[in-house]
Amino acid sequence: MTVAGFDEEITVIPRWRRIGGHMLQSRAACVGATILLILFVLALFAPWIAPYDPFKIDPIHRLAAPSAAHWIGTDEVGRDLASRIIYGTRYFLLICLVTAAISSSIGTLLGLLAGAGSPLVDGVIMRFIDILLAFPYILMVLVVVAVAGPSLWTGMVAVGIAGIPGYARLVRSTVLTVRQEDYVTVARALGASRREILFGTILPNVLSPLIVYLAFATPLSALIASALSFVGLGAQPPAPEWGAMLVNSRTYLFSAWWAVAAPGLALCISIFGMNILGNGLRDVLDPRNA
Amino acid sequence: MAQYVGRRLLLLVPVILGILLVTFLMKALIPTDAVTAMYQGQLSGKSAEKAIAALQAKYHLDLPWYRQLWFYLSDLAHGNLGESVRLHKPVSAVIGYRYLNTIMLTGAALAIALVLGLTTGIVAAAKRNTWLDVTATTIGLFGISMPAFFFGLLLILVFSVWLRILPVVPHGPLAIVLPAFALGIIEAAPLSQVTRSSMIDVMRRDYIQAARARGASELALTIRHALPNALIVVLTIVGLQIGNLLGGAFIVETIFSWHGIGELAVNAIQWRDFALTQAIILVSAATYLMVNLVADLLYAWLDPRVELTA
Repeated sequence: MTVAGFDEEITVIPRWRRIGGHMLQSRAACVGATILLILFVLALFAPWIAPYDPFKIDPIHRLAAPSAAHWIGTDEVGRDLASRIIYGTRYFLLICLVTAAISSSIGTLLGLLAGAGSPLVDGVIMRFIDILLAFPYILMVLVVVAVAGPSLWTGMVAVGIAGIPGYARLVRSTVLTVRQEDYVTVARALGASRREILFGTILPNVLSPLIVYLAFATPLSALIASALSFVGLGAQPPAPEWGAMLVNSRTYLFSAWWAVAAPGLALCISIFGMNILGNGLRDVLDPRNA
Repeated sequence: MAQYVGRRLLLLVPVILGILLVTFLMKALIPTDAVTAMYQGQLSGKSAEKAIAALQAKYHLDLPWYRQLWFYLSDLAHGNLGESVRLHKPVSAVIGYRYLNTIMLTGAALAIALVLGLTTGIVAAAKRNTWLDVTATTIGLFGISMPAFFFGLLLILVFSVWLRILPVVPHGPLAIVLPAFALGIIEAAPLSQVTRSSMIDVMRRDYIQAARARGASELALTIRHALPNALIVVLTIVGLQIGNLLGGAFIVETIFSWHGIGELAVNAIQWRDFALTQAIILVSAATYLMVNLVADLLYAWLDPRVELTA
């Protein structure tokens, strides 16, 4: 692009490409992105990659040690662990997507309304958020599960709801700063409607901190959701969800440690990948914290 | 000061009421109750229906939610937390010793988190950008990514199964060691990161340079001059972490069969024993709020610039 009135050509690099370039320079962020990419590939092509049916019981080869036939061994009813781990990526990503969608959409909407609305709206919303924030995260999750009954979906919804206050608070405080900016005043002077200002002018400027928060909050939500499955309040066996896989196999810790280590490590590595990707995103999008 | 504490304590009332209102409202949306859940599929026929109806009436489960809430509140005002449908005992009797067990576990875990988090944070800041720092930071990041329940199982595997040093079943004074470590080490990771960045920030300040110019040794600079100021920032997250520890206790207690309120809560939810669940939620929320109040007071005491306003 050439800007009129200048002799030299000025190249304007699109925002996404600038961010991508910075991310590529960070080795940690690359590792994180690769881990996430592998998860997506495994989840999408699970039926082709997995060597066995993840639900197929084979009592003769129960608790078999890792071998050429079963890469990471079998569990207490002889199901192939590698296949179950591969199918487990679907649960993991589903949990990440659903919880992030619930907490970020409702939280952002509440935060926008509180930050840009009348003092009364702000007061009502923020008192409600304060009550939600007054008790520990996992307790709020337990309240929802306690009432709705244990299952994968109630677990995900519960974790999603528990995440709402964090997003609402973040978005509200960002909106309060952004709406003082000159460009918002200009938009108002140019006759933009309230809704245009809220969604067209303010929201895009809230996105950077929102994405950074999303990158850190999502792995935490995934951890809590799989912890719920582990204590029997989330995904129920025989679903190959990593937390739920540990429920039964932990009884065999003495004889078949791989049945415990495999899902646990899968969870650790996935969360670790998301966390370092989040670190990279923060360094690029929010240079103050670098 | 006394006024501030009073106002904060008063704030507990609307929060507790809010929690109760939300749980009773949500409960109204769900048809099952503890009695139905307990006898589901076990009883049939007219007399069984009558018996179930009688039990439901006994625990006010047949009333609309707002009347249930009213009964609950009037019981609560008399210091009565209700009766556990499943255990046929007053809830306060069931919770009492388990609450102490949970406090003991979180206390031990907090001590472990503080010792580990502060030392590694201080060392990483002092030896900034050396291999020591990089290792500490990487381990910390991995620690944040480690689910408490997996870490707990790993500890059992290494110390109870392979090395046979510590017991798996809660028995004897050593029983607390593994669960406390499982809970504490994971919270040490964020503590270490905050200590590190806070120490680095403080070490750059002018007064540290001045102390250095006067000939203070690096050790004295770090421990006597920088640490107290760095701790102020650390304290703010310790309050939040106690909440995490209480939450983590729900999981860790289940793994190690540690008889605390976390283990009880998981069971109570599966039994749909609402009075029990409700009481555990109230007790945990109240504990969390009190801990945060203490953290805020400590914060103001450590940093005179902080003004207490509620």
